[in-house]
Amino acid sequence: MDLITVRELRVPRTRDDLVFAPGERPLGGGTWLYSEPQPGLVGLVDLMALGWPPLTVTDDGLEIAATCTLAQLLAFDAPAEWTAWPLVEKCVNSLLASFKIFNLATVGGNICTSLPAGSLTALLVGLGGTAQLWGAPDRSVKVVDFVTGDRTNVLAHGEVLRSLHIPLASLTARTGFRRIALSPLGRTGTLVTGRATTQGVVVGITGGTLRPHEGLDGLDGLDGLDHRRVDDWFTDAHGSADWRRAMTLRFITEIVEELS
Amino acid sequence: MRFTVDGAPIEATPRPGQVLRTLLRENDHFAVKMGCDAGDCGACTVLVDGTPFHSCIYPAHRLEGAVVTTAAGLGTVEHPHPVQQQFVDAAGFQCGFCTAGMVVTASTLTEGDDLAVKLKGNLCRCTGYRSIGDAICGVTNTTSSSEAGTSTKAPAGMRVVTGSEPYTLDLATTSLLHLAVLGSPHSHARILSISYERALALEGVHAVLTHQDSPDVLFSTARHEERTDDPDDTRVLDPVLRFQGQRVAAVVADTVAIAQLALDLIEVAYEVLPAVFDPEEARAPGAPLLHGEKGPESRIGEAQRNVLAQLHGEMGSVTEGLAVAHATVTGTWTTPRVSHVALETHATRGWLDASGRLVLRTSSQVPYLVRDEICHIFDLPTEQVRVFTARVGGGFGGKQEILTEDLVTLAVLKTGRAVQYEFSREDEFTIAPTRHPSRVTVTLGATADGVLTAMHVDEVLDTGAYGNHGIGVMFHGVGESLSVYRCANKRVDAESVYTNNLPSGAFRGYGLGQVIFAVESAMDDLARALHLDPFELRRRNVIVPGDPIVVTEADEEHDMLYGSYGLDQCLDLVESALGDETGPDGWLVGQGMALAMIASMPPRGHFAETVITVADEGFFELAVGTAEFGNGTTTVHTQLAATALGVPASQIRIVQSDTDSGTYDTGAFGSAGVVVAGKAVFAAATALAAQIAASGPVVGLSATGRHDGTPRSIAFNVHGFRVAVDPLSGEVRILQSVQAVDAGTVMNPEQLRGQVEGGTAQAIGSALYEELRVVDGTVTTRALREYHIPQFADVPHTRVLFADTHDDLGPLGAKSMSEAPYNPVAPALANAIRDALGVRPYDLPMSRDRLWRLAQPPLN
Repeated sequence: MDLITVRELRVPRTRDDLVFAPGERPLGGGTWLYSEPQPGLVGLVDLMALGWPPLTVTDDGLEIAATCTLAQLLAFDAPAEWTAWPLVEKCVNSLLASFKIFNLATVGGNICTSLPAGSLTALLVGLGGTAQLWGAPDRSVKVVDFVTGDRTNVLAHGEVLRSLHIPLASLTARTGFRRIALSPLGRTGTLVTGRATTQGVVVGITGGTLRPHEGLDGLDGLDGLDHRRVDDWFTDAHGSADWRRAMTLRFITEIVEELS
Repeated sequence: MRFTVDGAPIEATPRPGQVLRTLLRENDHFAVKMGCDAGDCGACTVLVDGTPFHSCIYPAHRLEGAVVTTAAGLGTVEHPHPVQQQFVDAAGFQCGFCTAGMVVTASTLTEGDDLAVKLKGNLCRCTGYRSIGDAICGVTNTTSSSEAGTSTKAPAGMRVVTGSEPYTLDLATTSLLHLAVLGSPHSHARILSISYERALALEGVHAVLTHQDSPDVLFSTARHEERTDDPDDTRVLDPVLRFQGQRVAAVVADTVAIAQLALDLIEVAYEVLPAVFDPEEARAPGAPLLHGEKGPESRIGEAQRNVLAQLHGEMGSVTEGLAVAHATVTGTWTTPRVSHVALETHATRGWLDASGRLVLRTSSQVPYLVRDEICHIFDLPTEQVRVFTARVGGGFGGKQEILTEDLVTLAVLKTGRAVQYEFSREDEFTIAPTRHPSRVTVTLGATADGVLTAMHVDEVLDTGAYGNHGIGVMFHGVGESLSVYRCANKRVDAESVYTNNLPSGAFRGYGLGQVIFAVESAMDDLARALHLDPFELRRRNVIVPGDPIVVTEADEEHDMLYGSYGLDQCLDLVESALGDETGPDGWLVGQGMALAMIASMPPRGHFAETVITVADEGFFELAVGTAEFGNGTTTVHTQLAATALGVPASQIRIVQSDTDSGTYDTGAFGSAGVVVAGKAVFAAATALAAQIAASGPVVGLSATGRHDGTPRSIAFNVHGFRVAVDPLSGEVRILQSVQAVDAGTVMNPEQLRGQVEGGTAQAIGSALYEELRVVDGTVTTRALREYHIPQFADVPHTRVLFADTHDDLGPLGAKSMSEAPYNPVAPALANAIRDALGVRPYDLPMSRDRLWRLAQPPLN
């Protein structure tokens, strides 16, 4: 929808042009920003012309530009040894959005929107990803810590999510995935990922809780995941808190059994 | 910035924050529709450089040099794209508002694509998707025949699929003003003062309207043939606000954006009043009163108790009937608020014509009734107002209301300019009337042989802040749901109660669905209690020709007759169609059925007049008053006229839903389009055929047909399901869905199948997914992503079977069948889930979290 309070829209070409006046925000694909009224938003700074290479394979893993579209991510021809790569498609297809949205929506945009059901957050949490932030100074933060609640995150005004990094060890790991919604292709009620590591199975939880969680699980069930820390199950149109919790615990059990 | 649309160059400077959809429509490219404006529904899908996008969330500033293709650029009426031809041949649309976007999306699909996944961003509220899948797969469901009884194509089909059929707002109007509304932040408040000088001073603002501008006339947004059917409890703008979002003021400005921005500059002082949100609390002593100041002239049942209407009636003695019963069952069932989600939102464009007459082009099911009430509210003579509709993008009862027309009238009269008011999708969820939420307690008793000895229904409806349709829905709800059963002792207690929630209104089934959900669930329990097959229990108790059709008063429905009777066939058809499919390991399998009866048209008169005239070049012009909103009546009217005249349908030109045509019609509701207007069409065409036989097809020769909506017949639906339920998650998988319908002689089998499938899909939405959530008067589900209507993936194939009957009353033996398919679905599904789980669900929607909770073993 038209964002009626926006008075200025800039399209920077270099990092030096990336400045934000009060009430201005970075614009990725725009699929969320333009989908709801944005009271108080006076300006947009479009990141899409900065020319960030969408996907870069490095010695220690994969760097995904915040502006990489979901379609670009899905189209990436991953090395055969990246056994975790099928998780990408599962997570992207967990979005309520259609494939037409994937042509515009970005990986960074999904994570910065910071909805509980953000399944790119789920992917990056599941693979132990790190977010690189441009600011003064630049910093990096684990994606599981980047999202702090329903539509809240650690980005300060003027900070920009530049890229996401997935370590090689995660890309070559064995992974598990479970997800449920109130309808076959509806918005995620809970999404659980698992990643086999030498220490055990690292479980990631999104969708059913206000913020993402991860925990190391032992071979003997759920002991490794500190359930006392997971206290933010919530109820909304996409599921009740008790159901979300029960589905999550069941999925954890299944994934740990599968990967152990 | 330069780009091209459908081959034509455009030079434009988009506003910061503007999206492609509005830029296209500002440049008169109307094939892109506004269904949600949020990227959820897909009605605005376009190709940008060959890639499909939702244009409502595509930033317009990125279009430099782009090649944009809409449905109108994909193909034209003369040269359609193959996929457009396929949608016509398959009858892959009903209202067609989603179709342009659907077609553009479909044009990008390739063989082997999973349609459930690929179409999850294209929502259709009418069809139930089967015919859309057929269209994409190249299945032909229509014929080139024009005869009644064959699957004739919809006359507008090729225009719909090419995006060239104009809907309500699809026309260019120069110097058009736009209207935006300031909604109440309070559930109950009195306006102490409004100051709007700052808003009026904003450049581009032409007027601010408040309750001081409003005519002091009470009316109802609901429209019926008799205006006294609904309470006079509403003003165009009222100094008392009774629900959140109710109009406080309206701004008229050059653009929608200016009008909306000006709303922030209006300062209002409120006296906040106590509010009540639960109908039980609202009718208890001491509750805050919503309309306590209104007198008998408003026709409110008991304003001092917040009771809009009540019915307490008994036939025989339920107490005695229960005392002699071998088995009794009782339970309380609830249904939530449901939103219609017609893809086209409510909208009106109004202006003064050259002679100063008010003209309203509106998205309405009832243009004549709108005209009459606008004249009443604004004290205008009938001839000074013209109301008409273009093709309407879905209704389902939601457009049997005045929601935009009155405010546009006020704005046009105040400014003298053309003014448009278009509901956003959020408006649809927050201020448009919903289906009535209900709480229904049913008690049944029967002999050991399964003969009903007592039926008691106690219903409470939450009619919300205003009583539009709150009386009719209550009375109709306890009508055919109970009169379908022969039982000597029946009692009904029903009340429709005001609360400070958003108003409830007319919704497909008009109250029947809520009561049928409870009664048919209770009948299922009774069958279990008696160890009787549920089909057999129905057979032993349903009315058969000769039985009186009564709820509790012997002469209450004096004009309802057995024009035909196919309930026995429907029961047999469904019973024999249900198979033995099983589900995945660990899932519980169950089977359930339910029935529904409905009168073939609304009570107390439904009038239609039609005129057919010999036009030039072999054409016939058929003027009908009723509106086309996806119900398919235009197709059937064309078939009826073509059949009577013995000419192809292509020679019939329909002029419709325009008060200037002079052919009065009460409107497109109560499933009346075929049995009332259609009967009038057939009468007119038959008379004209006789004239032509006598004097030849002289241009100008014409005949008139009329029907007054009485006597009425009855139609039947029986639905059966087999389901598998996963007790670990609450997921329901529909293994088999079958509905048998008694629609009399079938006028157009493919359209009828589409109505049944569409009604079933909408009902599956109500049964499994949909709930408008309201917390202390605040709607929390304000977008389609929060309110899940069925996607392609959610709707199983439903086998549709027709009873073989011929109705004495309908045209060529036909009966109505557009609301009715919705009604038996929720209880049939609930009964199947009960059969699978061993525990009965009492509340809709039967969502996965609820069913999972039901399936948990008891704690002790």
